[in-house]
Amino acid sequence: MIRLIGILVGLGFTVAVLWAFGSGSAAVIGQGYFVEPTAEHEFHEEPKPLHLASDGPFGKWDLQQLQRGYQVYKEVCSACHSLKYVAFRDLAQLGYSEAEVKATAASWTVPGVDPNTGEATTRPGTPTDYFPSPFANDIAARAANNNAIPPDLSLMTKARHGGAAYVYSLLTGYQEQPAELLERFPDAKTGTGLYYNPYFPNLNLAMAPPLSDGQVTYADGTPATVDQMSKDVAAFLTWTAEPTLIKRKQTGWAVLGFVLFATILAWLAKQQVWAGVKPKRRED
Amino acid sequence: MATTTGTADPEALAAGEGVRRRDFINIAAVSAAGIGGVATLVPLISQMAPSKDVLAESTTELDISAIEPGMAVKAVFRKQPVFVRNLTPQEIEAANAVDPGSLRDPQTLAERTKEGHGNILVTMGVCTHLGCVPLGAAEGENRGEFGGYFCPCHGSHYDTAGRIRKGPAPANLEVPDYAFTSDTTIVIGQESA
Amino acid sequence: MSFPWAKHYEPKAPLMRYLDEKLPLPRLVYNAIGGGYPVPRNLNYWWNFGVLAGFCLVLQIVTGVILAMHYAANAGVAFASVEHIMRDVNWGWLLRYAHANGASFFFAVIYLHIFRGFFYGSYKAPREMVWLLGVVIFLLLMATGFMGYVLPWGQMSFWGAKVITGLFGAIPLVGEPLQVWLLGGFAPDNAALNRFFSLHYLLPFVIAGVVILHIWALHIPGSSNPTGVEVKSESDTVPFHPYFTAKDGFGLGVFLLVYLAFVFFLPNYLGHPDNYIEANPMATPAHIVPEWYFWPFYAILRAFTADFILPAKLLGVLAMFASILVWFFLPWLDKSPVRSGHYRPLFRKFFWFGLIPAMAVLFYCGGAPAEEPYVMLSQIATAYYFLHFLVILPIVSMVERPEPLPFSITEAVLGSDKQAVLGENTTPAT
Repeated sequence: MIRLIGILVGLGFTVAVLWAFGSGSAAVIGQGYFVEPTAEHEFHEEPKPLHLASDGPFGKWDLQQLQRGYQVYKEVCSACHSLKYVAFRDLAQLGYSEAEVKATAASWTVPGVDPNTGEATTRPGTPTDYFPSPFANDIAARAANNNAIPPDLSLMTKARHGGAAYVYSLLTGYQEQPAELLERFPDAKTGTGLYYNPYFPNLNLAMAPPLSDGQVTYADGTPATVDQMSKDVAAFLTWTAEPTLIKRKQTGWAVLGFVLFATILAWLAKQQVWAGVKPKRRED
Repeated sequence: MATTTGTADPEALAAGEGVRRRDFINIAAVSAAGIGGVATLVPLISQMAPSKDVLAESTTELDISAIEPGMAVKAVFRKQPVFVRNLTPQEIEAANAVDPGSLRDPQTLAERTKEGHGNILVTMGVCTHLGCVPLGAAEGENRGEFGGYFCPCHGSHYDTAGRIRKGPAPANLEVPDYAFTSDTTIVIGQESA
Repeated sequence: MSFPWAKHYEPKAPLMRYLDEKLPLPRLVYNAIGGGYPVPRNLNYWWNFGVLAGFCLVLQIVTGVILAMHYAANAGVAFASVEHIMRDVNWGWLLRYAHANGASFFFAVIYLHIFRGFFYGSYKAPREMVWLLGVVIFLLLMATGFMGYVLPWGQMSFWGAKVITGLFGAIPLVGEPLQVWLLGGFAPDNAALNRFFSLHYLLPFVIAGVVILHIWALHIPGSSNPTGVEVKSESDTVPFHPYFTAKDGFGLGVFLLVYLAFVFFLPNYLGHPDNYIEANPMATPAHIVPEWYFWPFYAILRAFTADFILPAKLLGVLAMFASILVWFFLPWLDKSPVRSGHYRPLFRKFFWFGLIPAMAVLFYCGGAPAEEPYVMLSQIATAYYFLHFLVILPIVSMVERPEPLPFSITEAVLGSDKQAVLGENTTPAT
């Protein structure tokens, strides 16, 4: 009885799903393609390869590069983008001394409260403060940026496919909209206030190209090309997204090494235990 | 290892050495598992200790110019109250009149203040008995029998130097690390140079 | 418990004798996973996954209880509290990655455990109850995993919660009020997050309870084995300890190597980048997918794209639930007297060339965008999935002519049950 009902139910679902398959394949045959080609489908590009010192199982931070990236963030990105999960004290991990951390924290203005009147005011940052947001709230951010809220950058390299390479590609990827694209998809013309960038998922980005050659002056004398600054800021954002990245990998080797050793011992022990009952193959 | 179906390798048994080797491997494997288990406890236990944001150097900066003699203010330092008191000459005199040797926690007022600022007494507002906040910092509060602070939880009396004089508390009110960055500004949590 | 030749617990130390009298816990353990539990000697490595699943449950409970010490189940701060764990809590990054990847590995282990059961017929009498309890555990695990994924309050958390509770909206009449009731609101927010947290903390302990029943039920007939032939004599079994404790110890080591490689070197590989964006009720991510372990069922849900008597949405939801509920009926759908797929030529073909490819397609398509050709592929695979369990298995079990079975486990292992290569103690089974 169960089997009879089962067969009926099974056939019911099968017919229903094949019915859907039939109508779906009819549509595909009618159109002549699986997915309607769109400008995003055809012109979106995967991130360019980017190699950072922190990559790979043996990666290490390049502190010089992280400091340069911090400088780019501070002088360029921070005008619009917050970094709200990072505190100034964290900058000590980039190789800054305690005094330098204090000094750089004090160079930022953070919201405060007047101790006498209780009114909202601003004050210089201290190491325990978090990076301030350039806008009071989302509405202010939207209003100041052509209706697009600049996202927080703390986790940017973990929150996008491609990670740091995506950030690097996006910053260096601004270009004229290809003529071929306009020819095939006239409706996909980049709107006003938007900028064509093939590394952005929908190709049209509200952020104007933020970097230009020589925009910052690196203390270590590295030439501040757009490419260099993009790499540096991508490295810096890799650190902000996961300050424990290198510690994680280093811990990982120690742990895996030990577990491998223990597993080999476990295998030997298992062989010993089973030696008596394993069937003996006669070799004569 | 006892099994009803198995026999050990006779050669190994005869040598006697095989038995030891076998035991050694089993002991080593079990020990490795034990060491791994104990190592795993390290993160499981240390996660309860204060996190980095809690440990991060925290200081409280305070402008003391507005504190009149005889008055005190309450500030917050590491989520705990701090009392800053501007002692009157009479209060200083009262504190100095006591023989430190007769106290439960012998200290002079001078040891509890900064040189050149003998009238400014900075103490934690945390009773050394069981951690209540003593009264006496705000105007009109009970200052206890010795004119300093009084803890209402279990009746500890502190004198004008914040020293324990009566009641169950074992020690004087703690003086935190602090420094004068100017004549009218102190930074609590920062060691004085 | 099960066989007359099972060794009896005989405590020697006075303390253990005292304990045995007052609270015979050591005896229970001895009979469950110690020397007192005779186990077929021919279990292969597929039989390791039960113990591994138990390990995963403990791992998830331990790391989960600890994460709950630092996590805040409030829509305003949940996302930030996870970042606090990652950045500031001592070893917090390790605990969170261990828990997040632990969930994935728990499911991986459970799937292998289930497919072991499918192939070797572990669901058949006399172990139906073991199987039914196992399916209950799987359902509880899915609920726990789903609610756990909501807690970080990222974009995928939020939209996952919205879409999955939306499934209940497909139920006629009561659907929408039910959805609102489940969420405690019109969209996922504080109320939903808080109750998901509460249930996410509760359910693992319910699972632990059902696991105890699952193991209890298993110990009554004893473990099955790759031949599917029941244990006949003492020479067919070995005591669980030390034989299978040693084998499971080695299996656990291999498991840990793979799992820890993910935790330390690819911790976000099985996750989705969008969950590092805080929940935003105003913007749906371009491509929302559940965690990988729900993909086959998500593919079945999405395969029903056209109305057929019932609305497509309802059909999808029904099919998704039915695809798991059908497992409950498996012991009665497959009536073949032979358990193991090793001796069932026709079943074996359908298993390897039907069910496994169909599941692979469903896994793949469930994670792919809802576009062609993925939808069409998952429609074919879904059709096969239901045919396999509800039509093919019953028919195969009636028409199939099984291959000859070995006389006993001992014979299967040694080639002959009489050949006394094992020593004088061996008594040939009669």
